[in-house]
Amino acid sequence: MEQLERVLETRELNVSMGPQHPATHGVLRLVLDIDGETVVKVTPYVGYLHRGIEKLGESLSYFQALPLTDRMDYVSSMTNNIGYVNAVERLFGIEAPERARFIRTMVGEMARIANHLLWLATHALDIGAMTVFLYCFREREWILELFEKICGARLTVTYPRIGGVRNDVSQEFLDSLYKFTEEFPTRIPEYETLIDKNRIWLKRTVGIGVISAEEAVNWGLTGPTLRGSGVPYDVRKYMPYDAYDKVEFDVPIGTEGDTYDRYRCRMMEFRQSNNIIRQCIEKLPPGPVMADAPKFTLQPKDKMFPITHPTKKHAFYIDEKVCKGCGMCARACPAKAIFGEKKKPHKINQELCLSCANCYVTCKFKALKIVPGGKGLSEEKLRELAAAPLPEEIKNAAGHLVEHFTFVKRGPRAPEGELYVATEVPKGELGFYFVSDGSGKPYRMRIRAPSFIHAGVLPRLCVGHLVADVIANIGTIDLVLGECDR
Amino acid sequence: MLIDTSATTLVTLDDGTKILPPNLIITSLDKIVNWSRLSSIWPTTFGLACCAIEMMAAGAAHYDFDRFGIIFRGSPRQSDCMIVAGTVTKKMAPVVRRVYDQIPEPRYVVAMGSCACTGGVFRTYSTVQGCDTFLPVDVYVPGCPPRPETLMEGMMLLQEKIRKERARWSPWR
Repeated sequence: MEQLERVLETRELNVSMGPQHPATHGVLRLVLDIDGETVVKVTPYVGYLHRGIEKLGESLSYFQALPLTDRMDYVSSMTNNIGYVNAVERLFGIEAPERARFIRTMVGEMARIANHLLWLATHALDIGAMTVFLYCFREREWILELFEKICGARLTVTYPRIGGVRNDVSQEFLDSLYKFTEEFPTRIPEYETLIDKNRIWLKRTVGIGVISAEEAVNWGLTGPTLRGSGVPYDVRKYMPYDAYDKVEFDVPIGTEGDTYDRYRCRMMEFRQSNNIIRQCIEKLPPGPVMADAPKFTLQPKDKMFPITHPTKKHAFYIDEKVCKGCGMCARACPAKAIFGEKKKPHKINQELCLSCANCYVTCKFKALKIVPGGKGLSEEKLRELAAAPLPEEIKNAAGHLVEHFTFVKRGPRAPEGELYVATEVPKGELGFYFVSDGSGKPYRMRIRAPSFIHAGVLPRLCVGHLVADVIANIGTIDLVLGECDR
Repeated sequence: MLIDTSATTLVTLDDGTKILPPNLIITSLDKIVNWSRLSSIWPTTFGLACCAIEMMAAGAAHYDFDRFGIIFRGSPRQSDCMIVAGTVTKKMAPVVRRVYDQIPEPRYVVAMGSCACTGGVFRTYSTVQGCDTFLPVDVYVPGCPPRPETLMEGMMLLQEKIRKERARWSPWR
């Protein structure tokens, strides 16, 4: 009898799901302990996409680290950029102009719609509704095309800059965006008719992954994942950044805290985001789009045009008496026009010279002289002209050029201190924590990624449900592993 | 190309293919095999990072990969091709290699994006500097991330590559 019992004994099955699995939204790995079809234990393993973004951020200047934030939450890179530039602006103590802040709000909400569209597409695809996927991508392409119109990139945009945005938006863009906001609300019911009252959809989502408001707060959930449980916490409302205090919007919340409520929350956010975009277009004030803070932002290039403009025919000449032969200019020259032995005065091959002024800004000993309009003259003539004083216009431009060069090379010097700035990305609260030691690079850059925290709640949501519901739970917390692992 | 259906002699269709209407074709086995192979490349659904989103976009409504016969498959055992879409980390590399090993021969690899080609901007302790360090890559698709059109061009290059293959169908090659 005892032997028979041992034979009939059932054991829990240990299944590894991912990192290569079509429904894990990237490279999430879950180790499931299953008793029959019921999940007993879930252990998430993250780190399959750890690229060291935080560490990279510490070795790059504040400007250079901006494109890395695109690659964190690649589904809505615009909001990541906005989070980063907001934190850095607060650290520098500068403020973006009014127009730039409205533009940022606008593009941020566009990214939110794009993100939720992708979330709906994949979530529905995982649960089994293929058509929604195709519908959502139709509208997502529209938004990506609009992104392309303002910054030339579809996915990794880097459009917001420290102190404003990269360039102003055109009226043509605003018109086409307004057309989108008129059209988009008619598209939302299209998705809703497909799945809102669909019996299969309801069976797969209602009562799945229920989490109470108190528990959700304790787990540190944010964004729609928290709001589905009925907590109206939204960084845009409670700690407004950019122009969110100047636009009107509601924070949709759920009641039950299950997968269906979180789905409804995001569907309502579509309409709110659409409204915010419309308000931004209507209220968009005129003015500059970059802050006037020469210490922290790149200055417009036209100040250097007397030297750097391609139509200018300046020649550069190395003063033999001053040149120490360090070779810095030869290394900086893109045309390899500078030659000479080490520790002996160098020379410029005037035929190869592009007049780019790279050597001029690199030289530490001020051995390089500008000869205005001296292109094509002989060596002796250049030596003669180089001794003459420079015209005022060129002198000013040269000053700006050197300033610009050192600024880009060293990066803006941030004041000492530390701060944490949170913004609301589509997934939740994205926080940037900086420790600055007064140099051009952050001493420590820490990112509070909502996906990472949401990945932790998966065991709580999945245990007790069926294996198929694990898929629905992964979808409902809207994971993006690039942000989770950094 | 319009074929004269009333013809009673062999009509040359293109270089190396002759046709006798209505239903006799004379061609090499290489051509037939390569043609069938290149018109139904089934890649594994294997997204790693940002490029996976563009890969999805390429497969979705607007760009529609299905018209090339490219249909994404969930299991590597049913696929012919692997699009390495995104950054390969040192933790992920063994998994990528394992997925590749599970794909039946003949198999092809497309490295999509700067990260998969060279490591891209992520020159860090945790990132593999290009997936060609542990996989035989057939096509490199540059870009960060590449547009769906670029990926499409890459897949068409892969098709051209398959078209030129010789005797890869034989079991004793």
